Amino acid sequence: MKPAPFEYRRADTREEALSLLAEHGEDAEILAGGQSLMPLLAMRLARPAMVIDINRIGGLAGVTEIEDGISVGALTRHREVARDALVARDAPVLAKAVPHIAHHGIRNRGTIGGALSLGDPAAEFPACAVAAGARLVLASAAGTRRIAAADYYLAPFETARGPEDLLVAAEFPADGRGAAVVEAAPRAGDYAIVGLVALARPSGARLRDVELVYFAAGERPNPAPAAAAILAAADDARAALAEAAEAARREVETIATPSASAAVRRHLVGALLGRAVAALFEGARP
Amino acid sequence: MTEPVTIDAPVGVPLPTARSARLVNGAGRFVADARPAGGLEVAFVRSAHASARILSIDAAAARAMPGVAAVLTAADLAPILKSFRGTHGAFPDLVAPRQTALAADIVRWSGEPVALVLAASRAVAEDAAELVEIDYDPLPAVADPRAAVAEGAPAIHPEAPDNVALTLIHEKGDVDAAFAQAAHVAELAFSFGRVTGVPLETRGIVATYEAGERRLTVSMSHQCPHQMNVEFAGLLGLDVEKVRVSCLDVGGGFGVKQQLYGDELAVCAAAMLTGRPVRFIADRLESMVSDIHAREHVVTGRIAVDGEGRILAFDIDDLFAIGAYSQYPRSSAGEIRSVIGLAGAPYRFCAMRGRARVVFQNKPPSGHYRGVGHPIGCAVTEGLVDAGAAAAGIDPLEFRRINLLTAADLPYASPNGTTFPRLTFPQCLDALEKAVDLPAVHRDVAAGRAEGRCLGLGIVAFVEQTSRGSGFYGDGGVAVSSRDSCTIRLEPTGGLRCLSSVTEQGQGSEMGVTQIVAAAVGVPLERVEVVTGDTAATAQGGGTWGSRCLAIGGEAAWHAGRKLRTEILELAGSLLQADPATLRLMDGAIHDASGARMSLADLAVTAHYRPHAFGGRHPQLVQSADYSPLDGPFRAGSGFQLSLVEVDVELGSVKLLRHVVVHEAGRIVNPLLADEQIRGAVAQGLGSALFEELTFDAEGQPLATTLADYRLPEASDLPDIEVVHAKAPPIPGSALGAAGLGEAGTVGAAAAVFNAVNDALAPYGGRVSAMPLTMGRILAGLGRVKG
Repeated sequence: MKPAPFEYRRADTREEALSLLAEHGEDAEILAGGQSLMPLLAMRLARPAMVIDINRIGGLAGVTEIEDGISVGALTRHREVARDALVARDAPVLAKAVPHIAHHGIRNRGTIGGALSLGDPAAEFPACAVAAGARLVLASAAGTRRIAAADYYLAPFETARGPEDLLVAAEFPADGRGAAVVEAAPRAGDYAIVGLVALARPSGARLRDVELVYFAAGERPNPAPAAAAILAAADDARAALAEAAEAARREVETIATPSASAAVRRHLVGALLGRAVAALFEGARP
Repeated sequence: MTEPVTIDAPVGVPLPTARSARLVNGAGRFVADARPAGGLEVAFVRSAHASARILSIDAAAARAMPGVAAVLTAADLAPILKSFRGTHGAFPDLVAPRQTALAADIVRWSGEPVALVLAASRAVAEDAAELVEIDYDPLPAVADPRAAVAEGAPAIHPEAPDNVALTLIHEKGDVDAAFAQAAHVAELAFSFGRVTGVPLETRGIVATYEAGERRLTVSMSHQCPHQMNVEFAGLLGLDVEKVRVSCLDVGGGFGVKQQLYGDELAVCAAAMLTGRPVRFIADRLESMVSDIHAREHVVTGRIAVDGEGRILAFDIDDLFAIGAYSQYPRSSAGEIRSVIGLAGAPYRFCAMRGRARVVFQNKPPSGHYRGVGHPIGCAVTEGLVDAGAAAAGIDPLEFRRINLLTAADLPYASPNGTTFPRLTFPQCLDALEKAVDLPAVHRDVAAGRAEGRCLGLGIVAFVEQTSRGSGFYGDGGVAVSSRDSCTIRLEPTGGLRCLSSVTEQGQGSEMGVTQIVAAAVGVPLERVEVVTGDTAATAQGGGTWGSRCLAIGGEAAWHAGRKLRTEILELAGSLLQADPATLRLMDGAIHDASGARMSLADLAVTAHYRPHAFGGRHPQLVQSADYSPLDGPFRAGSGFQLSLVEVDVELGSVKLLRHVVVHEAGRIVNPLLADEQIRGAVAQGLGSALFEELTFDAEGQPLATTLADYRLPEASDLPDIEVVHAKAPPIPGSALGAAGLGEAGTVGAAAAVFNAVNDALAPYGGRVSAMPLTMGRILAGLGRVKG
């Protein structure tokens, strides 16, 4: 379990990183928290010619206010995301997701930029970003562009990030909705078999402005707009659960893996919706 | 025959192991910490195919890589290394095909070693291993046990055209009549997922060869260094006394480190061929496809019960899939004998039929993982007993009370073919009812169910066979020792140096020996230094397998200690001009009726440096004893396990709410270490019940090769494990009167959870039959998804 040979380069500035990516991006991997990359290197599943370490670059970590919400720097560790006051104010869904991400040791090192850019279909943060309408900020030697999270995830471990791009931040519009992140996983800290990010404004028995994004069910973060619409339209969201779950089962793509069949995932897509709705109402209680 | 004697503290005292502080401070000495000067590192080229013919191996590019010293294949090793077969004389019909350390012509599992690369570093060796080009002609592979015995399945070995390595038939009593007469018959199917032991420290070995003296020195992580010494010598054509195998700290074994592995043997051969020290430390990926696997069984069983709730008979059919070979040197056949010989073990019944088939498949070989067949025998028995109770309309614990063996039944020649001289179920049941308020548990379950919670309770009885005598391996022609030895030296300071053939993998066997020696001689605990794990230092002995270290090695230590004490008192009598019978040795001092007369240190100094002071007697100052249980094939522990679970019927997940073990195994040398042994074993049993499974695709490709896919139980997944020791006198036949207890936890844990989950699902009309109890299996068992 030793990595294949690679060249290690430490970028001390953003410009240095972008210049290295411009030249070597096709054959390079970016090292941030290393919680996915290091095992992939050790198992020789990733075989880059170069590893570009961005951990020493200043200004990539931390949360700042922007015009319509917050910008979360790519090097912000999961643990910091969970404790950040601005995140709690404008993107509480991220803090709700953190306890589901692996274990403390991984949360201490893992970064939001790494989790968003890896494109692991079972990861929590990509689904949060899609649900919250986040914009991912990609920098390259040619300039900076923003791309909606919903357009970013193309296939498992495949994103719209180009080889010369560095994901520098994720921008979350301030979202006052309640948030719930629920998972079905074999053990605490495991990759979910199916997970669900739900955003909504509970009001009495109703849920308004419902957004549902599943993860780990299929090959990408998987929105369930029909199910969300059924819940949002109902006078009593709980009473509409069965119908919404049925809609979610129809619209959410489910895959088979050694952990679970597609049929099990289809069942869990429906079962988790009830958990998420219960958590949304629970979170709204004074 | 020796009978149990009174033994004082520190035997019976709960004490942490002396080595714990060193280990938790990071000062452990493991084989991976040793990097001999001039040594070579090994990476194996392992088969990517589960079944294929090797057409050619081209290692030219690998050999040409800078830093690579050699690339060796089966052909290179053949001149100095013999092949081997996992035979066993007790099973003369066992088909045990010949095996070589590296695959020669045909690979039979994905992960089988084909070549080894020797290089300056493991990284370079792995780089070079990628350049070894092997041309394979893929052959059809068989992975599923039922597929392996299906009509027309491809034969894995020509010697076993139907892939059946062995069929064992056992019949006692009139089984058909029992089932015909029975008031109630229940039948169940079971399947058990393939698992492995996953020690924290992976396998590792460093081998050094001195050609001039034909001397092989091996440091390895193993449970049985003397066994390996004999095997390495035999297979490499060396003299046993010129081979030395030593084990430093060993980070867990569980049976994984009890076998001989082709890759480790190839490392020794490589050291001989290159003349340089060779070091191999298995990484986790290769461990998952090269460590022994275990427990892949498909079983059907029936139980017959009469109108009064008495068990009449069991009928068991077991298919045990062992992978590509019978494991050398112990063979892969013992497990089925445990399954059959433990069917119905805690109970009184009159007839039994058992059929067990051992089948080959294109997977890694199966060996002896903690419990060896016991967990299967227990889960099948206890599942059937719950089903029998339900059929008879009797509460499951009441049903057990009717059928459990009592003192009046003993010794009990069970229809399963095993004779049990001593079991203690009445004492254990009493302890269970004292420790757990069972009526309150039942009330809580009923109340929870009324609130819509899916709760279930499982209580199972178990028997653990430990401390094996020499009949099984000795008569079977397998060079596995059931003896253990102990040599104790009195040092000039009055301290004792004790050389014991027991081995230590973290379970505390050294601590147990230390306590026994301190009590036997009469010295403070701190003055006993125990040396284990080195074949050049300790006399021959079996090491760790089958829960034997204290029951056997501890007995040897007791007798060696008493012999040394006798000599010390005789020497003291000579100096003090007193009758030795009037003297006692306590806390490192020689006492007479009036009090302490002389320190052991003073006596030792005199004996070592002024031996002329003893009136012509030669002080020996070293005594040895050896012990093997000659009085029977095993010593049995008895007990119960209780599991309380809650099933999430929407997600299919199981939450363990409570787990209790009641246990009795004769004298307990160290209650703290005994509890932790049981807890650790329970954790492994719970892992196999809920999480752990080595999954494969239909072509035999492994799907669980990392610890993300092979899910071990974590602390947060487990409840506190409550351990209760039932009280019973020491076991007759030895001074110590102890049975082993290292496997008890694994034996009943999965069975208890399995019964608890099925109890929980019963009100929903659900049932599960396959372990581990994954979400998918629970949901299928509830009929919520198609199975």
